Amino acid sequence: MMGGHPAAIVSSAARTNAGGTRSSETAAIELFGVTKVFGEGPSATPALGPLDLAIETGSFVSVVGPSGCGKSTLLRLIAGLEKPTSGRLRRYGDDLDGPSRKVGIVFQDHVLFPWASVLENVMLPAEVLSLPKAAALERAHWLLELTGLKDFASHKPHMLSGGMKQRAAFCRAVLADPQLLLLDEPFGALDALTREELSLELSRLWQDLGRTALLITHDLGEAILLGDRIIIMSDRPGRIRLDMRVDLPRPRDVNTMKDPRFIEIHQIARDLLFTRQRN
Amino acid sequence: MDTSWKAISARAATPLIYLVLTILWEAGTRVFHIPGWILPAPTAIFTMAKDWAPELLYNTYVTVRETIIGFVLALVLSLPLAVIIAFTSTARRLLYPILLGLQSVPKVALAPLVILWLGIGNWPKIVIVVLVCFFPILVNVVAGFEAVPKPMMDLMYSLRASKLAIFRRLRAPIAMPHLFTGCKIAITFAVIGAVIGEFVAAQEGLGYMILVSTAQSQTPLAFAAIILLTFISIALYYAIEFLEKKFVTWHP
Repeated sequence: MMGGHPAAIVSSAARTNAGGTRSSETAAIELFGVTKVFGEGPSATPALGPLDLAIETGSFVSVVGPSGCGKSTLLRLIAGLEKPTSGRLRRYGDDLDGPSRKVGIVFQDHVLFPWASVLENVMLPAEVLSLPKAAALERAHWLLELTGLKDFASHKPHMLSGGMKQRAAFCRAVLADPQLLLLDEPFGALDALTREELSLELSRLWQDLGRTALLITHDLGEAILLGDRIIIMSDRPGRIRLDMRVDLPRPRDVNTMKDPRFIEIHQIARDLLFTRQRN
Repeated sequence: MDTSWKAISARAATPLIYLVLTILWEAGTRVFHIPGWILPAPTAIFTMAKDWAPELLYNTYVTVRETIIGFVLALVLSLPLAVIIAFTSTARRLLYPILLGLQSVPKVALAPLVILWLGIGNWPKIVIVVLVCFFPILVNVVAGFEAVPKPMMDLMYSLRASKLAIFRRLRAPIAMPHLFTGCKIAITFAVIGAVIGEFVAAQEGLGYMILVSTAQSQTPLAFAAIILLTFISIALYYAIEFLEKKFVTWHP
């Protein structure tokens, strides 16, 4: 079924060179035969892999999959918050060794500190990483203005709407100008309308910032709308079922979703997501 | 109009109940001719309190002083220990079981020993207050340091935050409400601790006054002292709650 379709489908095996020899310089993230198993002995549950994957610098990659397929685990592995059970991960050509200051994460639930103001929350990376204060403050204000939070800088998070909280979380994630932005279902807790609005806004911001981004989501439309490439994962243990270029022009907006090409890609991916994998 | 009446009656309900109970008490002692040395009438307590006002006031001062000094000492001692326990796993493994074990010791039972070791004076009473305040504060603060939600921890890890940074920016603020919970428990214990200390061996304080006046069948005076102790307890509790509202302005 996969091979029969005219879409630009690239199998995961073909994308990365097997064996883990040094691959192209442009890859932001490379995974070689990565697996993750939770627990030990008889209660061990394989969550992920084996997985080979390369994410090119500057690209926006969306990972879609059914819940529990290990897509969040994939993000945590790339973030360095989890260690793989086997296989290797590389970030910008270096073996991945724990979290990096070059990576910014937007978590599923905004994770803003309730005791700190919006500005203080956004400034957290600057404080923790001891960045030059004045420059960081300037950037924080610029980001808040960009995301429409300028007037809420001194507000506490509980006074903000869900969408505003997630915008603040985004500002915090990009404050230290990370090379790689990891988005773990960032719109998961929002209503449909806010979701759409915010994802388009994010798409625009990402283009302005020009960084590599990895989006984890269970929303196919969102994945296609934002991504240069979508990766569809199988049920647990998560493997790559489809790796596909999204050759839609940028900048994208609400009308992108009416584009025949969008609908076509959506159809292919949907068919795949809804037909259960057979061994 | 209807709603404002509701609001007023809701606010007035508690004092009204107290007033009714006091009147019932007064009426009961008169109707049933209860002897004053068993259950004095509120008016009798009030008259006695007026006559003994200087003594009551002075002894209130003594008890409050012991309570506050003991409480503050307990705070000063337990906070660094809580930090050490939260910070080092070795200290946690070694100290925490001991402290939890000690917490189970009825501190009241230690009072005679404390007097035996420290003699009669202010210090044994303060030490008993410290003993009863120490554990609730410590246990709550340690729990607070550990009440960090995992995503917040992940955020700090993702920034490669040092242990100190995680403590300063995350654990300490998270622990603040827990600290105040511990303090509120401790302050009510503190008053009890002070009174127990005064019961066992003392020459002043409201506990001492209760002991002496009941021994002399001056029950109204004992009641006056008990009422004062209750007010002290309530006032100190609300003082801490006031501080909590000032310092913990955030909603989880």
